[in-house]
Amino acid sequence: MNKTLTTITALGISCLAAAPIIASTPTEDQAAWQAYFQERFPQVPKDDFVNGVYSIDPVGRENWEAIEEFPPYEAAISDGEEMWNTPFANGKTYADCFPDGPGVAGKYPHWDKERGMVVTLPLAINECREANAEKPLKYKKGPIADLLAYMTYESRGGVVNVEIPEDDPRALAAYEAGKQFYFARRGQLNFSCASCHVGNSGTTLRTEILSPALGHTTHFPVYRSKWGEMGTLHRRYSGCNKQVRAKPFPAQGEEYRNLEYFMTYMNNGLELNGPGARK
Amino acid sequence: MLLASPQLRGAAAVLSISLLGAPAVADMPNIDLNGNVDAGKEVALTRAKGNCIACHLIPGGDSPGAIGPALVAIQTRYSSKADLAQQIWDPTVKNPDVVMPPFGKHGVLNNQEFVDVVEYIWSL
Ligand code: HEC
Ligand code: HEC
Repeated sequence: MNKTLTTITALGISCLAAAPIIASTPTEDQAAWQAYFQERFPQVPKDDFVNGVYSIDPVGRENWEAIEEFPPYEAAISDGEEMWNTPFANGKTYADCFPDGPGVAGKYPHWDKERGMVVTLPLAINECREANAEKPLKYKKGPIADLLAYMTYESRGGVVNVEIPEDDPRALAAYEAGKQFYFARRGQLNFSCASCHVGNSGTTLRTEILSPALGHTTHFPVYRSKWGEMGTLHRRYSGCNKQVRAKPFPAQGEEYRNLEYFMTYMNNGLELNGPGARK
Repeated sequence: MLLASPQLRGAAAVLSISLLGAPAVADMPNIDLNGNVDAGKEVALTRAKGNCIACHLIPGGDSPGAIGPALVAIQTRYSSKADLAQQIWDPTVKNPDVVMPPFGKHGVLNNQEFVDVVEYIWSL
């Protein structure tokens, strides 16, 4: 084999070797996770992982930086701002549900002890609407992505800081369920999320460079050129499930909320930089 | 195995979890490995079929991915067509952590497509 071929082979070896089950705390997982990506991509400054695949793809990055000059998510931000400022039929507004203002994306997802579940920002938005006798919005695209774009934009510069409260074992269980989901193989093609975004991050699936999982949650919702519109994080989850021919789970169902809880916790310390643009 | 560093292995170990061990139920059936090379090439290069090109460099195929090894000089790597077929039927038998899909076991390819792709890869 010549040198190029050897390199290709070396890159292809999955790094998730068969391993004994080692009980680990979320803090340990997080440290191992962040260290893993920093060692795998030593040329990428830690703060830059929030830029997804563009942190490791210099050519794609040039195009992307050009796109960011006139961001394709700008219309969504202003539409979302209008939603924020428009009263419901009962005269109340989103501000009545979110008294700290729109820039609260950094508080989600969080563990709601009273309800015993992970609450995400999209869920909180729809609960606000329903509490005010408005119809809930669809979760994957459309108006909810606009409102999220505005709230996320107002949250820029904050830092991801998800907590797993130690006094409620159900919070840990939700985290573990999300982690389990991330590493479980599924679908006819038998991939886990980790197959593509941990073990093979940085390699190519056909011509697509696989982005590192670190930073995956910081910039949603995104304007994706392939979609030609905005989409939420759970829309992306659903797409990644479908491409391995697995049945996607409902957006904002328990599975994806727990997955978001796990993934966002892994990103603690990174900057919130949404909304984003991706090809 | 080319694991980049002991630390990586440590990180991987911490992160791995038991995947509710699914035993290979569908063993490779006894099928005649007498496929058609041209048809197999079609399977290997077509997105909706084998899409082997998504992960493997294949001579003559455009825009290969780089997740798996280049598929060249196969007969220097496999002593029999049946061994090769086993790898394509269910690569997790040899390596439980492999990302390559179990094309036979999960019915990604039907038996005809399967024997054709085996024939084609064997010819490389
Ligand atoms: C077969 C490969 C594959 C699998 C399995 C897979 N993904 Fe992806 N994923 C991709 C590709 C390709 C993209 C687009 C390019 C990129 O950013 O990596 C992507 C993009 C993403 C993004 C957007 C990244 C960004 O910067 O905007 C997220 C989030 C994501 N995947 C999460 C997941 C989750 C969660 C799972 C498991 C449920 C999963 N992926 C499984 C291939 C995969
Ligand atoms: C998603 C990625 C992926 C796809 C799609 C894929 N493979 Fe693989 N393949 C791999 C990886 C990774 C390995 C390395 C396996 C290992 O190290 O155990 C591999 C190994 C192999 C090998 C063994 C090579 C050797 O030198 O040992 C053969 C043969 C093979 N693949 C054939 C195929 C065929 C035929 C198809 C399509 C029908 C296919 N592969 C599709 C990822 C893939």
